[in-house]
Amino acid sequence: MPEVFAVVGAGHCAGQAAASLRQQGFAGDIVIIGEEPHVPYQRPPLSKKFLIGELPLERVYLRPPKFYRDNNIELLLDTRVVALRRREHEIVLADGRRRHYDKLLLATGSSPRRLQVTGVDLPGICYLRTIADAQRIQPHLRAEKNLVVIGGGYIGLEVSAVAAQRRMRVTLLEVDGRILNRVAAPVISDFFVQLHRQHGVDIRCNARVLRFEGSERVTGVICEDGRIEADLVVIGIGIAPNTELAQSAGLPCGNGIIVDEYCQTADAAIFAAGDCSNHPNPLLQRRLRLESVHNAVEQGKTAAANMCAKGQRYAEIPWFWSDQYDVKLQIVGLAAGYDQLVQRGRMEEGGFALFYLKDGVLIAVDAINNPREYMACKKLIPQRLRIAPERLADPTVAMQDMA
Amino acid sequence: MMAKVTFIQPDHRRRTVEIENGYTVMQGATANNIAGIKAECGGACSCSTCHCYVETTWFDRLPPVEDEEAGLLEFAWEPKPTSRLTCQLVVTDELDGLILYVPEQQL
Ligand SMILES: Cc1cc2nc3c(=O)[nH]c(=O)nc-3n(C[C@H](O)[C@H](O)[C@H](O)COP(=O)(O)OP(=O)(O)OC[C@H]3O[C@@H](n4cnc5c(N)ncnc54)[C@H](O)[C@@H]3O)c2cc1C
Ligand code: FES
Repeated sequence: MPEVFAVVGAGHCAGQAAASLRQQGFAGDIVIIGEEPHVPYQRPPLSKKFLIGELPLERVYLRPPKFYRDNNIELLLDTRVVALRRREHEIVLADGRRRHYDKLLLATGSSPRRLQVTGVDLPGICYLRTIADAQRIQPHLRAEKNLVVIGGGYIGLEVSAVAAQRRMRVTLLEVDGRILNRVAAPVISDFFVQLHRQHGVDIRCNARVLRFEGSERVTGVICEDGRIEADLVVIGIGIAPNTELAQSAGLPCGNGIIVDEYCQTADAAIFAAGDCSNHPNPLLQRRLRLESVHNAVEQGKTAAANMCAKGQRYAEIPWFWSDQYDVKLQIVGLAAGYDQLVQRGRMEEGGFALFYLKDGVLIAVDAINNPREYMACKKLIPQRLRIAPERLADPTVAMQDMA
Repeated sequence: MMAKVTFIQPDHRRRTVEIENGYTVMQGATANNIAGIKAECGGACSCSTCHCYVETTWFDRLPPVEDEEAGLLEFAWEPKPTSRLTCQLVVTDELDGLILYVPEQQL
C-alpha cells in the first residue's frame, strides 16, 4: 500500500503544500479535502481585481484543475471534514465516509469574525472570504447605490476602493479611533483616510453599529449617532482561525493550532500551516499567527518538506500588500513594538516609505508606491541592522547603500 | 490560442510548455511545476520570485517594463538588463516561441 498524505482545507496553503510534496519527490497518494467547490485559489483578488471584474475566475485559481490530474493529486471538493480519529489515523467526512492518512496537514485557514447585532442576518449584509462571497457582492456594486462597509482594515478599505470606483456612495464605519489601528502607524492611517476622501468615501471613526434595519433586505445601518442608508453592507472586522477540528481531536490550540518551527503539532503525524497555525518565528523571537499569502505559501512548503522528513525550520520575515485605487502598499516586517518612525520621500513626489525602528534597529516598512524601498527592506530587515535615521530619511542615499 | 514558451534551467535542462493566451507566463510556469519560479505573491507584482532572464533576441519584442516592475527587478536576485517578471508577461500570439532563462536562485 502506498503512503497517504492528506490535506484538510483546499486553500492557498493546501495548494502550495500539495505541489511542494511532489517537488520534494513524494510518490505516495496525496488527497486534498476542501469544503469549498473550487480548486485551491488565491484570496487577495477577491477584494481587488476579481471583485471589480478585471480578473476571470480561472486566473484566481492557483493552478488549473489539470495540474492536479497531471500530478496525481486527488481533490475531494465540496466536502467538509467533521472529525479526526487520531488513534485510527482516520479522517471523518460529513457524509460519514472515512479516509485513512499516514500523515496529515491541517490547512483549514480562518473565518470572518461575525458581528453580533440585531438584523445582521438580513439579505444584503455580507462578509468577504470566499469566491462565493465575492460573487454574492458583485451584482450589487452599482453606481449611485449605498454601500456601508463595517471595519477599517485592509479588506474593508479595498472593498471601499472598488465600490467607489464603481461610483457607489460609500460610508466606512470604524469602531476604533482610527482605521488600520492594529497594523499601521497613524501616518499611514491618515494617508489612507485622505486617499479615500478624495474618492468620495465617507470614513467615520469611533462609529459603533447598534443594529440593521430592513424587512426583505437591509435598508439602513443604525449607529449611536444616527442612521445610514444602505443597499449593501460588507463586514470586515477581522478573522478567527479554524481550529475546531484540531481542538476536538485534542490537539493544543490557542489563537491557532499550536505547532513547532517544523509546522508539526503535538501529534507527530499531524502538521498545521497557514492562517490556522500558531507558530514560533526565530527571526521575530516570538510566537504568532499570521494572515497572509506569504505565510500560507512558505508554511505550506515547510510542512510539505517535513512531512517528507526533511527537517526544515520555518524562519521568514512576514510581508504583505494591499491595492487601493492606483496606490500599492507593500509591507515588510512587523511594526509592533516600534519606538521610532522615519519617513523617506513624499506622496507629492509619487510615493513614500515609512520605516519602523526599535532600539535603532529597522524592524518594518510600509512602502507606498515605492517598490524599491520595499524590496530593499526585504533584504535589510532580516539582518537586524542599525541604520542611522538620517540616512534612511535621505532619498539621495541609495537603498543599496544602507547595509 | 496557445504560445509555446521554453524555460532553460541553470543546468541547461530545458522544458517547453504551452500557455493559453490571456494567462501570464508565470501562471503557465506554476501550472507546469517549472522549477525555480516561486511566484510567492501570485502575480501581484509584490515578490519578484517569478523573475527570469529573457533570451536577448526576444527581450525587445516584449511590452515595456512598467515602473512598478522595474522597482522590483532592481532588487531581484542578480538582475540583468534582460530581466523580467514573468507575472507581468501576458501571453499573446506574438509570444509564441519565447525563451526564458530561470535564475539560479530567487530571493
Ligand atoms: C478578501 C481577502 C483579501 C486578502 N488580501 C490579501 C493580500 O492582499 N495579501 C496577502 O498576503 N493576504 C491577503 N489575504 C489573506 C490570505 O488570502 C490568507 O492569509 C490565505 O488565504 C491563507 O491561506 P490558508 O490556506 O491558510 O487558508 P484559506 O485560504 O482560508 O483556506 C482554508 C480552506 O480550508 C477550508 N476548510 C476549513 N475547515 C475545513 C474542514 N473542516 N473541512 C474541509 N475544508 C475546510 C476552508 O473552506 C478554506 O477553503 C486576503 C484574504 C481575503 C479574504
Ligand atoms: S509572482 Fe510575485 S512578482 Fe511575479
